[in-house]
Amino acid sequence: MRAASTFFYRRPYWYVALLLVPPLLWFGTVYLGSLFALLAQSFYRIDDFTAQIVREPTLDTYRQLVTQPANVDIVLRTVSMAICVTIACAIIALPIAIYMARYASGRMKAFFYVGVMLPMWTSYLVKIYAWRLLLAKEGIIAWCFGKLGLTGLLETLLEAPGIGGPSLSSSYLGMFIVFVYMWLPFMILPMAAALERVPGSLLQASADLGARPSQTFRNVMLPLAVPGIAAGSVFTFSLTMGDYIIPSVVGAPGYFIGMMVYVQQGTAGNIPLAAAFSVVPIVLIFVYLGIARRFGAFDAL
Amino acid sequence: MPFKERYRPNKASWLVRAGAFAGLAFMHIPVFIIILYAFTTDDRTYRFPPPGLTLRWFEVAFGRADIWQSMSLSLLVAACATVIALILGTLAAFALARAKFPAKDSLTVLFVLPIALPGIITGIALLAAMKTLRVDPSVLTIILGHATFCTVIVYNNVIARLRRLPANWVEASMDLGADGLQTFRYVLLPQVATAFLAGGMLAFALSFDEIIVTIFTAGKERTLPIWFFNELFRPRDRPVTNVVAVIVIAVTLIPIVLAYYLTRPDDEHETAR
Amino acid sequence: MTSAIEFRGVSRVYGDVRAVDDVSFAIEPGEFFAMLGPSGSGKTTSLRLVAGFDVPTSGQVLLDGADVSGVPPYERNVNTVFQDYALFPHMTVLENVAYGPRVRGTSRSERARRAREMLDLVQLGALGGRRPAQLSGGQRQRVALARALINHPKVLLLDEPLGALDLKLREEMQIELKSLQKKLGITFVYVTHDQGEALSMADRVAVFNKGRIEQVAAPRELYARPATAFVARFVGSANVADAALARALGLPQPFAIRAENVAVLGEAGPSPAGSHCAPGAVLAVQFHGAASRWQVKLDAGEVWSAMVTEEDSRALDGLAVGARVRLCWPRAAAVPLNEAGAF
Repeated sequence: MRAASTFFYRRPYWYVALLLVPPLLWFGTVYLGSLFALLAQSFYRIDDFTAQIVREPTLDTYRQLVTQPANVDIVLRTVSMAICVTIACAIIALPIAIYMARYASGRMKAFFYVGVMLPMWTSYLVKIYAWRLLLAKEGIIAWCFGKLGLTGLLETLLEAPGIGGPSLSSSYLGMFIVFVYMWLPFMILPMAAALERVPGSLLQASADLGARPSQTFRNVMLPLAVPGIAAGSVFTFSLTMGDYIIPSVVGAPGYFIGMMVYVQQGTAGNIPLAAAFSVVPIVLIFVYLGIARRFGAFDAL
Repeated sequence: MPFKERYRPNKASWLVRAGAFAGLAFMHIPVFIIILYAFTTDDRTYRFPPPGLTLRWFEVAFGRADIWQSMSLSLLVAACATVIALILGTLAAFALARAKFPAKDSLTVLFVLPIALPGIITGIALLAAMKTLRVDPSVLTIILGHATFCTVIVYNNVIARLRRLPANWVEASMDLGADGLQTFRYVLLPQVATAFLAGGMLAFALSFDEIIVTIFTAGKERTLPIWFFNELFRPRDRPVTNVVAVIVIAVTLIPIVLAYYLTRPDDEHETAR
Repeated sequence: MTSAIEFRGVSRVYGDVRAVDDVSFAIEPGEFFAMLGPSGSGKTTSLRLVAGFDVPTSGQVLLDGADVSGVPPYERNVNTVFQDYALFPHMTVLENVAYGPRVRGTSRSERARRAREMLDLVQLGALGGRRPAQLSGGQRQRVALARALINHPKVLLLDEPLGALDLKLREEMQIELKSLQKKLGITFVYVTHDQGEALSMADRVAVFNKGRIEQVAAPRELYARPATAFVARFVGSANVADAALARALGLPQPFAIRAENVAVLGEAGPSPAGSHCAPGAVLAVQFHGAASRWQVKLDAGEVWSAMVTEEDSRALDGLAVGARVRLCWPRAAAVPLNEAGAF
């Protein structure tokens, strides 16, 4: 063993290379290979008459993607939902992150961290299922509105054009709530991590220089939370862009990118179109990463 | 006015406090609701509040062969994926923790890509590859997909711990006469072991619950999440679904909680530096 | 006699930074050798080359006359006390100290006995069962020392070992380290940026600057006869006249003159015999107890300082900041410098 150890002491690169071989083989073939296969499929097309995949490079599928208004609608719908969800998550996460990172200490801090981690890791499907129960026509939320005598308000909300529907569980509003719920921990944790790193003396200095608590919040705390928000928004944006389970379990009939990929590869059997559709979130996410980077998202990860 | 804005440096304003606790409650209510519904006597609607409580549905669920089948498939997949992920993720973490070489940054990105991109991309990509190579979906293809993103989880946990270790511990050990293997056994392993275990547990929980990638690679196989997903659209046995939901929560949360305690920053390690 | 350590034209280059740049020197067995220099001067890198944590880009490092390129740290008879001690937090103090014998296959009882012996040597006999986190900084420092000495190394490397301690403890440890070294007769290589520490403990000092060695000499010689402007300034902060200033003062060669050899005189009057004088204006007077430091801006440009005893200060009574004075120094006290004072 000592001889082997000395061998690698003299050739440190060999040691790294030897360690890297198995994971690189796996990621190179299974993962990167699949991504290339995906990209290749998006340049194939489906023959309209035989419904067979034609394996010749063509841009037909992409042309179909960008020229059909229905497809463009799907992309726009998904992106708007992703943006709305990201903003809502940031707003709801901010007080939680500030409290757990700056004010809570000892047991309370541990309580909050566990309290955020547990729902994050609770089964994804079960959480969606829970929201189906909550949002159902005779479910808890409707019951609460009834008890508070606000059934009228709920009905007005559901009649609103664009976001409404026959019940919360079949409206964009309901879908939005579920998305926000699902990705909230992914916003809170990076935000709290960014705020944890702020030295306490900065807040004291601000107070010392005469800032009221609200001014300290606006001028010191909030700007320092920005890298955390940017990092968290990468998750909320990317997760919303790619999800297809939530829109198919909760929400209105309009399609989302993920659902389109799922349906095209499944019942429609159109893998090239599914592949082309899945390239859209990849491109959008890289654009988003570029923007988030400017706000220091990668320093906060 | 002077009393209202009294300076309290260590106290959050009531607004922050209220927002924090309300947000936390928002995150937990759905989980409690699910647990409550597993005991409801109502088997037709999602009526609230439940008309009565019973343990009957647990008995019904445990008698169902299809649930047991899906459950054992999910456990098998999670176990295999976790073992592969532990090996690959740990190797990658040790390789990239300290070494400096030109392609390092690209590799670091590669090893987190499967969770940085949405799951559907991994899923459809694997499917595209399977179609291209004319491979039929099976248990193996499910494991292949799961092991890929589980590796990322293990890698992240182990490399985070390795980066926290001061570089000179390895030097100190070798300085005192320990070769590479002894240094690994006496110095690195005791420090990394908990992160390794935690990574494995998180990977297991993630795999056990995964659906987004699985749907694309499973074909006719039915893991527990796929069984559950199908039930959502054919709600014939609502009470049984509720019970399975509680079981899934239990199976995933136990390793998660253990992982949390394993990776909690240890006071001793923090101050010894 | 073979040197304990010898550097032959050693360089270590990281990218385009020459951390150690063509360095050659030798350390004799049993010597207390200090490497002194500001941070980034190459002293720690040189130490790491001796320990084997790093390998030279070119040149040779010899231990006991043998080239050690490619010899890993665990096969060098050299041990290190790290700046932050690098104690293993998951082991007790005793286990930390016993680590060396343990990885060399010594039996459990034997290594425990030797570890206890070492702990007694550093006066920590009672603390073997504690964890490093439960010790004070000074105690951790002693544990690190015991751990490094248990293998009976031929050379002990110390990387700013007292840097994290407070002043009083640091002075105590200096005395203790020196007597320990005498007792054990081991070669000590001591890296520090504190010139007081280097001068008070070492048999010889190497002054590092920008990856090169400026001078290797015994402390007294280093202080009395600095070879370069850098050494003159860094060791004991002397006044330096570079080529230009020397010319302005009417002298042929760059030189250094210590502040305590410079006298402050009133503007008018004859120069003392055998002395040189330069006119200037008082910039500041700092009280240091037994003496005061007068900062004077010379008309030729530089700011020089003079240490004036309380007695002499009284004679200068009435001279305030801005007053015109002359700085005078005996010609014999000026130390000629090798180079043109490029620093």
